[in-house]
Amino acid sequence: MNIAAHADIARLKRSHSEIFRRPLAQRLRDWSLWLVFIALTIFSLWWIDASPMRIANGLSKLGMLVVLMIPPLPGDGFWDYCQAMLETLAMAFLGTIIAAVIAVPLGFLGAKNIVPNWIFHFTLRRFFDAFRGVDGLVWALIFVSAVGLGPFAGVLAIAAGDMMVLGKLFAEAIENVDKKPVEGVRASGGADLHVVRLGVFPQVLPVMASHVLYFFESNVRSATILGIVGAGGIGLQLSDRIRINNWQQAAFIILMILVTVAVIDAISRRIRARLI
Amino acid sequence: MSASSPTGSGPIASAAQHDRLVTFEGRYQQQRSVRLAWMLAYGALFLAALIASIVVSDFNLPSLFSGLPKAWNYIVGTFPKLSLATLWADLSEWYWGLRFWMRLLLETILMGFIGTVLGGILALALCFPASRNLVENTGIYFAARRALEFLRTVPELVFALIFVFAFGLGPFAGVLAIAVHTAGSLGKLFAEVNENVDPRPIEGVRAAGGNWPMVMRLGVVPQALPNYASYLLLRFEINVRGASALGIVGAGGIGQELYVAIRQFEYTDISAIMLLLIATTSVIDIICETIRHRLIGHDLIGKA
Repeated sequence: MNIAAHADIARLKRSHSEIFRRPLAQRLRDWSLWLVFIALTIFSLWWIDASPMRIANGLSKLGMLVVLMIPPLPGDGFWDYCQAMLETLAMAFLGTIIAAVIAVPLGFLGAKNIVPNWIFHFTLRRFFDAFRGVDGLVWALIFVSAVGLGPFAGVLAIAAGDMMVLGKLFAEAIENVDKKPVEGVRASGGADLHVVRLGVFPQVLPVMASHVLYFFESNVRSATILGIVGAGGIGLQLSDRIRINNWQQAAFIILMILVTVAVIDAISRRIRARLI
Repeated sequence: MSASSPTGSGPIASAAQHDRLVTFEGRYQQQRSVRLAWMLAYGALFLAALIASIVVSDFNLPSLFSGLPKAWNYIVGTFPKLSLATLWADLSEWYWGLRFWMRLLLETILMGFIGTVLGGILALALCFPASRNLVENTGIYFAARRALEFLRTVPELVFALIFVFAFGLGPFAGVLAIAVHTAGSLGKLFAEVNENVDPRPIEGVRAAGGNWPMVMRLGVVPQALPNYASYLLLRFEINVRGASALGIVGAGGIGQELYVAIRQFEYTDISAIMLLLIATTSVIDIICETIRHRLIGHDLIGKA
């Protein structure tokens, strides 16, 4: 029985080989994709000069650094670090709020169901996307040059980087609203503004709030490094400690960042769970 | 039958109804006031946080109103004057370093690519022990989760600062920083995908006598692969953007050139590099989005 089945399968394989093997074109395509991928990987490794010697040397140096970091100690700068951390949180909070306030009208403008002109819609969306292409740190560099060193530049950098992304997310939330309340308000004689205020807004508010909270979390993370280019916060202290080879204090600051981020995440997760 | 006649038990019924209405109204008012009190409390908390942040970050309206035009002038000032008559000459003067910048841009993309690949491999190794449904030993699960958390919470740039110290200046340190951070965030996403797979194929492989690696390879990976690929592409987009900033701490890519241009007030260079960067990231975004939609669409058809 078993042997017969095997023989049967062998016979079928001979007579209908195209069922048992994928078409040649498909196999060729897959193989060439893998080949390109592997070639690209090797080329990249060659470009960045990833020789085993270098890796070994670097790893031993890295091990040395880790040994130097233990134990993490605040030294005499503990209160300075706390203040810098507060500054970081303040930058993230204020930057997020400003971005959100600007993003609300942008979101309504960018929503297909509010402004039905597709050329306008397309242009605005591409504009949103273009802003997203610039990293927060680059914004910080620009604002430090424009308004000077300090946390104010950091606030502006966070707001500038986020408002377009939030605007896009808000626009998507607005496009996904349930039509029925909107029609209800219109049917009972509401003007356009009433429709937006009573039909759309109550539906999108929780979604928007949850996006804003998420952005606040991510901004706390990114605000910790803005100081490296002089935009205030804990990043300045950290890069200074690394520059002067004070690894114990650097490790302490990294731990502070980890703890702060964990606390903020926990709080914002609880708020988000209540919102939705 | 008696209820159908409105006049039958009129006064008594309406009195009872009135009582019920009053209690209902009372409860409604009470709940409303409780809600209002909570809202006021949260509002006060929010306001306090707002005021505290304003104080701590020396944010004030006058400096905002003087700062915004300054920032705007700065951005406008970076653009060169192009005249229609000498458009070609102006453009070539604006993009005088195009060949050099393209090389750095290529380096940035390659850094994002190889960082994503290396980070993805590490994430793939860590995501199975970090999925609750795939490991029985809670110790391993806990350790893997904490490791991933550590890798993704330490900012990429901090890793870059440290790696520049250990591995020397240049893109190698940047790639490692990207890879480490990517491993943390992708590992978590992969683990979430793993936790949502259908358990039946896993049981099937186990019942057929597969050991743990076989279960992962044959029971989990085929289901999760489209989602892995989609997250990898998303991460690639993010990493190209991230790689463009790493140059600021000396970890390779176009960031270095941008940093120099901003520091030395080479205004037209700033806008030239920024536009190149925006164009590149936009193109990569569009390509990745198209592939991602195809992947996930494919997945949906496969499931249906």
